[in-house]
Amino acid sequence: MENNVILKAEGIRKVYPGTTALKGVDFNVYQGKVNVLVGENGAGKSTLMKILSGVETPTSGKITHNGSVFTHFTPKTASEQGIGIIYQELNLFPNMNVAENIFLGKELESRPGWIDHKEQESRAADLMKKLEQDIDPRTLVQNLKVGQQQIVEIAKALSEEVSILIMDEPTSALSKTEVDVLFQIIDELKENGVTIIYISHRLEELIQIGDYITVLRDGALITEKPMEEVNLQWIVSSMVGGDSSKIFHSGNRSIGKTVLSVKDLFLQGSVEEPLLNNVSLELKKGEVLGIYGLLGAGRSELLESIMGLHEDISGEIVCDDEVLGEPDIRDRIQKGIALVPEDRQREGLVQSMSVSHNLTLAGLWRIVQKKVHIGSKKETESVDNMFQGMSIKAAGPEVLITSLSGGNQQKVVFGKSLLTNPKVLLLDEPTRGIDVGAKGEIFNIMNDLAEKGLGILLVTSEIKEIMAICDRVIVLSKGKVTGHFEKNEISEEALVNASAIGHMTTSQRTKREKA
Amino acid sequence: MSSLKRKDISVGMVLLQLRTVIALVLLTIVFTILLQSGKGINFLHPLNLVTIAKHVAITGILAIGMTFVIITGGIDLSVGSIVGLTGMIAGGLIHEGLVLNLFGITIYFHVLVIMLICLVLGVLLGAVNGLMITKLNVAPFIGTLGIMYIARGFANIRSGGATFPNLQGKPELGNTGFPILGAGRILGIPLSIWIMIVLLLVTLYISRKTPLGRHIYAIGGNKRAAELSGVQVGRTTTLVYMFSGFCAAMVGLIISSQLVASHPATGESYEMNAIAAAVLGGTSLSGGIGTVTGTIVGAFVIGVLSDGLVMLGVSEFWQNVIKGFVIIAAVVFDQMQQKMNARSTEQKDKKVQKEKTA
Repeated sequence: MENNVILKAEGIRKVYPGTTALKGVDFNVYQGKVNVLVGENGAGKSTLMKILSGVETPTSGKITHNGSVFTHFTPKTASEQGIGIIYQELNLFPNMNVAENIFLGKELESRPGWIDHKEQESRAADLMKKLEQDIDPRTLVQNLKVGQQQIVEIAKALSEEVSILIMDEPTSALSKTEVDVLFQIIDELKENGVTIIYISHRLEELIQIGDYITVLRDGALITEKPMEEVNLQWIVSSMVGGDSSKIFHSGNRSIGKTVLSVKDLFLQGSVEEPLLNNVSLELKKGEVLGIYGLLGAGRSELLESIMGLHEDISGEIVCDDEVLGEPDIRDRIQKGIALVPEDRQREGLVQSMSVSHNLTLAGLWRIVQKKVHIGSKKETESVDNMFQGMSIKAAGPEVLITSLSGGNQQKVVFGKSLLTNPKVLLLDEPTRGIDVGAKGEIFNIMNDLAEKGLGILLVTSEIKEIMAICDRVIVLSKGKVTGHFEKNEISEEALVNASAIGHMTTSQRTKREKA
Repeated sequence: MSSLKRKDISVGMVLLQLRTVIALVLLTIVFTILLQSGKGINFLHPLNLVTIAKHVAITGILAIGMTFVIITGGIDLSVGSIVGLTGMIAGGLIHEGLVLNLFGITIYFHVLVIMLICLVLGVLLGAVNGLMITKLNVAPFIGTLGIMYIARGFANIRSGGATFPNLQGKPELGNTGFPILGAGRILGIPLSIWIMIVLLLVTLYISRKTPLGRHIYAIGGNKRAAELSGVQVGRTTTLVYMFSGFCAAMVGLIISSQLVASHPATGESYEMNAIAAAVLGGTSLSGGIGTVTGTIVGAFVIGVLSDGLVMLGVSEFWQNVIKGFVIIAAVVFDQMQQKMNARSTEQKDKKVQKEKTA
């Protein structure tokens, strides 16, 4: 079996400031097979793929490809070795057309310095035909739907002679029919001897398409097996890890009256399928309600809508017996709703400001005297309280926020929300990209807040987290509530099954119905 | 109760942060020596200093408004033209009055009313800038460039390109007193300098001690995060452009009052001086960083430089060349400071990490 290993990564370590993403991972890639890589967010899948495609340099470890040994790849050597990658995030240039995007950086030239647009466009058209897509190579990428853009990404990878193709969540933006097409393409590629490395959160998909499966957890290799030896249950439990999850539910929470109620929330957005499709939920005082779902299930949109970020929304939101009117973030903050957004850097922090100014930004209205004056003493007091209460580790409150580690930055975002004195706390993936120690601290803080009577909505894609802290869970899939579980009903399999309902391809659905 | 350390800065950092002040002191020393030895002129004579400050006030007032605009991550190219237009409106209202053909009458306003009209006009033009940028998503550079042309055009249209002279007003029309703004003094110091000082103090307070100021910095630092923290991004940004328009109108009034005449080309390329002063003072064109005090120091660097060079008899052409080099040097130093900041941050981070493991 070893003979079939075309690419072998051994002892790969990757250390970032403040966190270790990979702790000596071994990864075997079998020739002409679909090699599936699974793990929760932050398990290190994407980092490993970036190392294999040369975007990141490993701190230590070696890569063997076709018998030659490398300490690391550069994007150039990776593509010389025939390794292509389709990234999770779309890396296209919206202002260029499909053909230009496909041949970017490897333009076909009619004579030196002159791009052969005709040839590029006809080759792009061939690729589109192969992918069964009716996309004109001269269409600007910005005019394509997200699913079509994903197809262009795939075409871009196929335009080169690839022997190994890495697909990092290629289906997250695709509709069911597009997924079926993609799977056909993968089968064809396999027949032509191309090796696939496939990452996805959609576990049913993996079982359908994969030949070998490798599980990562917290930056370490857990196990590797041929797909026929495993089932959904096994995948979930090895991803989540049976015993490692600590429980942060103190049991001292007293669940009170309803503090937030959401009725028939509907958000169309710009895609065909609505982002939120009549979502209703109730959150009580002192309760942690988990929202589970896959990428694109509408979890972030739900929190954003409650926060008042989306204009074109219908439905009713009631906070503490008060109906919230027109979407207005400032108004909702003052009425007791606070959000810890998913993307700390882009949405949570003002990088040019100090720790203390970041902390007080959302709650300035609470420490203002005579409507305009920020009292130094009051501000210092709230900042110092937050510093101690959250045990933020920093050289001082006046240092720039960017000088803190990820976990401490996240505590600042938390602190900022808490300084608005909220009744409802909306948390969107609050532990993403922070190390295990800080995760524990964040969970303890959440538990304390729930004990003090806050209602908490926790969006997370990590089942372990839900089991550790939530009183109840709601599962979203493609904008709909597809599951609702009380604490004693929460199980990995139930959550995964409920989250996949909206995503199943037609074939999967019929298979399931037969079973 | 604060046991937390609030300041931790090295000597090198302090020197780099005070670079504009150091540059100002060095420039003053150089000019003093050169002028004393070469021409026997005392550069530091109080009268000379007041003259320089008077010149600085023009750039300084514009630059205070500009600083907030740049801190939000924008730019305001229209201020020079607003200077010209408001000067022409004031000049026209004093010189010709408001002619109402329909009724066959001409209204002459009191000078204070005229000034108020001009200031409101400046604020309105600023509001147009702000609304274009926030509501119509026009890039600040383009939107304010448009207003720059429009305002300059109307300044010329107002008089057909001619100058309004003799703005002393006539006692029988009750519109005298306009030159006081330019010529008046309190404690021997011209009014324009007082206006700059008052604006400086007010804006200093706003930027350091009010939610409005904090919001302006937050918008420039990370608009999205500011919005999610409840900052009213659109309103605040518009307000900042309105204030810039107000400052420009104020300068328009001061200049035409000083000259006792208004000319449609007044204020051309003043926006560039204002931007230069802000940048010299450490304001970052990418937004979020800058102080009004820094900007005023920057305005003084430009003022001392150009007046000193004039007194030395350096030609205007060479003055521009030197000014250009100074601005580039300022930006290069700014980059150096950012690098040093990043490095000291890294070191602090390591220290914190070490303490954590210890």
